[in-house]
Amino acid sequence: AFFWLVSLLLASLIWFVYVHLSDREDARLQYGLLIFGAAVSVLLQEAFRFAYFKLLKKADEGLATISEDGRSPISLRQMAYVSGLSFGIISGVFSVINILADSIGPGTVGIHGDSPYYFITSAFLTMALVLLHTFWGVIFFDACEKRRYWCLGLVVGSHLLTSGLTFLNPRYEASLVPIFIITLCTGLWAFVTAGGSFHNILKCLSCE
Amino acid sequence: MTELSAHLPQFQHGQLSENFPDNHLSNTQESLASALFNADQNDNSERRRHDNSERRRNDNAESETNGQPQNNTQQVVEQDEEEDEELTLKYGAKHVIMLFVPVTLCMVVVVATIKSVSFYTRKDGQLIYTPFTEETETVGQRALNSILNAAIMISVIIVMTILLVVLYKYRCYKVIHGWLIISSLLLLFFFSFIYLGEVFKTYNVAMDYITVALMIWNFGVVGMICIHWKGPLRLQQAYLIMISALMALVFIKYLPEWTAWLILAVISVYDLVAVLCPKGPLRMLVETAQERNETLFPALIYSSTMVWLVNMAEEDPEAQRKASKNSTYDKQGSANQTGTEDAEADDGGFSREWQQQRDNRIGPIESTPESRAAVQALPSNSQTSEDPEERGVKLGLGDFIFYSVLVGKASATASGDWNTTLACFVAILIGLCLTLLLLAIFKKALPALPISITFGLVFYFATDNLVQPFMDQLAFHQFYI
Repeated sequence: AFFWLVSLLLASLIWFVYVHLSDREDARLQYGLLIFGAAVSVLLQEAFRFAYFKLLKKADEGLATISEDGRSPISLRQMAYVSGLSFGIISGVFSVINILADSIGPGTVGIHGDSPYYFITSAFLTMALVLLHTFWGVIFFDACEKRRYWCLGLVVGSHLLTSGLTFLNPRYEASLVPIFIITLCTGLWAFVTAGGSFHNILKCLSCE
Repeated sequence: MTELSAHLPQFQHGQLSENFPDNHLSNTQESLASALFNADQNDNSERRRHDNSERRRNDNAESETNGQPQNNTQQVVEQDEEEDEELTLKYGAKHVIMLFVPVTLCMVVVVATIKSVSFYTRKDGQLIYTPFTEETETVGQRALNSILNAAIMISVIIVMTILLVVLYKYRCYKVIHGWLIISSLLLLFFFSFIYLGEVFKTYNVAMDYITVALMIWNFGVVGMICIHWKGPLRLQQAYLIMISALMALVFIKYLPEWTAWLILAVISVYDLVAVLCPKGPLRMLVETAQERNETLFPALIYSSTMVWLVNMAEEDPEAQRKASKNSTYDKQGSANQTGTEDAEADDGGFSREWQQQRDNRIGPIESTPESRAAVQALPSNSQTSEDPEERGVKLGLGDFIFYSVLVGKASATASGDWNTTLACFVAILIGLCLTLLLLAIFKKALPALPISITFGLVFYFATDNLVQPFMDQLAFHQFYI
């Protein structure tokens, strides 16, 4: 979570600097800058995820050496899951908590011509994003472990794609549906990467 | 305390052997290299550990984290120390979590109160310790006033700390004890009465004086007993959290904006200085307590585990009645307090300690003389529990208070509202983690404030000014990143 926050900080710093250096009145420019800022932020998040991976790898080695049986008490997969989850949680919380706080207010959503479904779509989008971050975390760490760089590229690409889809936002069909499809696919991919399979699911369900 | 005395001779020993801290990050190269090296040889895990320690020792001569000179370390000692360090790290994570929970709880209470009860965000005047107002016409004037305010407050704190140290050195235990009792009385009864009143006002709950009197009386008396004497561990921890939250709320209410931030910054610097400099008051306090083999200030420290010293025959009740110094600030508004002149002395130095059986820890921790009442929690007898799991970590109550002040101020006055509050919260927790890691490495009393407060301040200002407009714009268009 801390790493995500730092990445967010840097991204907003960059955006802020650009905004101040540019013309405040031009709406299109501001819009463009916002998109640029979002893209930079996505890239920075992934960079920080990588940095976190490096840090965890070192800690893992350290833990392995001092533990009694030579293996670290936390597997790298668990760390990947936790890291993805924490990125997701903090990103989700940052995205949604002010909206939640405002939702206690008067029930005038969309009264100025915006969509009245703002709250519920925000909720769904945030959920998708949290899940996605978790899945990306698992896939990312695994890809770094096994040095499959195309996986890494795919993860970064899908993050950018998701973020880009949210730019289409008031047209919810265009953004929500694809994002959910991406979430499902990434979930399946992460599940397979973590070693799951259809067989495992069956075993789990029949409580063996 | 026999345990401390038993540890004392080991203490020097421990200091000496504390030469290869477990710095994992720098050790991984060595451990990898040595693991490979050992693969050819006899794969004895102990041997590997031994070689690791050799590497680590050699490495640490250059590593920056280890400022201590490499002294002579016998191999046998190394083996023991290796095992000790393993255990310390293993249980270190548990201790971190044990401290996360109370710090989080305290912050949650403070933030919840700030958000719901408007009393604590209304400007109702200032304390007499911050006489300069911040409602000035020019920015320069305001800055000057806040600097003066902060200077006055810090000098009050320094004076109080020195007074405390002097009293302790000259064994005026009764004075210190009385001071602490009076301030915890004030805090438990008076401040909680006001808090209760404001909460009732906010929720428009009708309440009669008799019920309130009964409630406050019970709360206060049980609190006094728990904090200064004996009581269930959870209850004592709960009371400590509550009084820290109350104190933090008072600070948030009565300190004006810029003054508050300045005070936070200066007090973390002071904390650093007071605990680490050889002539710092808090360090002198710690050392004096060690010389006398006494436990320090049972009333100002939060500890995560508690073991009672009841079964030691030699335990002298006088040492129990140590100095617990509590003082509370008078509120400027309520000028009718004839009684206590208790000035709130904020000691900046809170150090945490990690008690460990074999690694002789140092004793005491400092805390800010605010009403804190913690029971002295020292592991009772070395004979029974060799189990490191029972060792706890101690954190001074002043740390709780200042963390909560930072988060509370962030939630009260930030334009970014919850984002800023959350960012500060995460920053403080990470700072606490880092400090505990350093504690595991250095095994000395350390100041808990500087790292966390620095992170918290950086994140507060950065989030409020930089991240907030960005997130606002994104949320406006419903973009997600």
